[in-house]
Amino acid sequence: MTIGLVHYLAVAAILFTIGVFGIFVNRKNIIVILMSIELILLAVNINLVAFSVYLHNVVGQIFAMFVLTVAAAEAAVGLAILVTFFRNRGDISVDDASMMRG
Amino acid sequence: MTFTADLGLTYPELILAGGALLLLVWGAFQPRANAAVGYAAMAVLAAGAAAAAFSPFGRAFSGGFISDAAATFAKVAIYLASAVAIPLGQQWFARRGVRNFEFPVLIVIAALGMGMMASSGDLISLYVGLELHSLALYVLAAMKRDDAKSSEAGLKYFVLGSLASGLLLYGASLVYGFAGSTVYSDIAVAVQDGAGTGVLFGLVFLICGLAFKVSAAPFHMWTPDVYEGAPTPVVAFFAAAPKLATMVLFARVLSEGFTGAVEQWQQVLVAIALISVAVGAFAGLAQKNLKRLWAYSSIANVGYAILGLAAGDAQGVQAMLVFMILYMIDVTGFFACLAALSREGRAMETLDDVAGLFRERPGIAMAMTVFSLSALGLPPFAGFWGKYYVFKAAIDAGFVLPAVAAFVGSVVAAFYYLRLFKVMWFDPAPGRTDPPPGEARVVAISLALFSFPVVLVAMTWLDPLAATAAAALRLQ
Repeated sequence: MTIGLVHYLAVAAILFTIGVFGIFVNRKNIIVILMSIELILLAVNINLVAFSVYLHNVVGQIFAMFVLTVAAAEAAVGLAILVTFFRNRGDISVDDASMMRG
Repeated sequence: MTFTADLGLTYPELILAGGALLLLVWGAFQPRANAAVGYAAMAVLAAGAAAAAFSPFGRAFSGGFISDAAATFAKVAIYLASAVAIPLGQQWFARRGVRNFEFPVLIVIAALGMGMMASSGDLISLYVGLELHSLALYVLAAMKRDDAKSSEAGLKYFVLGSLASGLLLYGASLVYGFAGSTVYSDIAVAVQDGAGTGVLFGLVFLICGLAFKVSAAPFHMWTPDVYEGAPTPVVAFFAAAPKLATMVLFARVLSEGFTGAVEQWQQVLVAIALISVAVGAFAGLAQKNLKRLWAYSSIANVGYAILGLAAGDAQGVQAMLVFMILYMIDVTGFFACLAALSREGRAMETLDDVAGLFRERPGIAMAMTVFSLSALGLPPFAGFWGKYYVFKAAIDAGFVLPAVAAFVGSVVAAFYYLRLFKVMWFDPAPGRTDPPPGEARVVAISLALFSFPVVLVAMTWLDPLAATAAAALRLQ
């Protein structure tokens, strides 16, 4: 069996789905949500690189580099906000982040 | 084109990027220069707006960056709206003992990202611009670091915004894979006879991601929480300019990249528009908090803007642009009023708080009434003209039933605007309000004067400008 484009796309789709479910189903910890976001971005990168190889077009890999860079910045901002949240609440459980409802 | 010629098209971005970095260094080394950094940031934004207004047209960086009438229109509006937010926010933070020079710098960075979005010509520049503005906005929402609500708002905005970016990116990767390019004009060639399944799948993800960013239903769940928790002047900023930027980006992607698939995306947009109008109208009825109320109002109003876009022609894009500009005036003005109001040092954010406001602060109460009536779409206020354009474009494009449904939605929403009006004008006041600060009052009153009567004059130049901008987007 040769591993073709479809296999890569399937892996990416599975990772993407796990990531999205990780955000919505997870009821415990906000760090897990940050990990899920990274998972989504990595699924996108697999997609981009697989397409790039399949199309013989380097743009997909350049796009993946941009995604990696921005993902690092995003994680930094997310963790910084999480730190201020933790200082105010002393807790980072998802159920705790519910002062505002309606 | 040579690299230098390419750079010649990006002067507004260069000014803002350089300005933001210099201001950051200045603010970090001169801790007492807060106010000066704010004024300098306003000057940078004004310079950026001037550079954008006189920017030559063309495409740079292999089609990744587009400078045209639409980009110019959006950038001038975005930079000016961002500049207005700076004095509003700085004074507000200073009165609450938060002395941070980062606020104006973050606004400049967000404006830079929004400008990039408006002139993106490639899925990569789209993503980078979108993230640049989003990351700045996440931090702005959590700006009041010692306030639990503000950091919760920032956290929620971050999580759901990142999810939206993820959806958008996944869509972008599928579009890249199945259309073979990330440049809009190449995608347009690939989908000129309608989109195939793969591209369509990607396009739907792309639309979902963008709908998240403009807080259109059913992707709106972050909006009320973020609006309630974030500092009021920050809400005044991010309810206005980012919405316009994302709507222009929406129009640009769909019209430059997916012209061939108009019939396919029109249906998605009409559905999103109607759900937004309905959610905004009905969920708003139950709100007691004014910031939440206006969050639902903004969901409904974004629905009207998307309805204009759904018309799928230049007239629809023009309607969307006119609508968004007039809506920005209303929403910035209303949140400026809220930022101006406090009672014994406590912010007045609920309906009960503003009871009897007219007897105490007639100017602010008048302004809030004008903004509410305008957002409701009552003639002759600004909001009416925006809605008029949108409904006309939708009906001309054959969307009669959706236009009627959206109109019914605005009638339902009239209830909560009129209730606010009644509470402010006729209910007894619970106590004395503090004198409103000068800058917020100036912003509120001048925007209210724009909303009526200046808008009647302003429409004579807003209409042709928006028409030129819409024509640049090449949607027939």
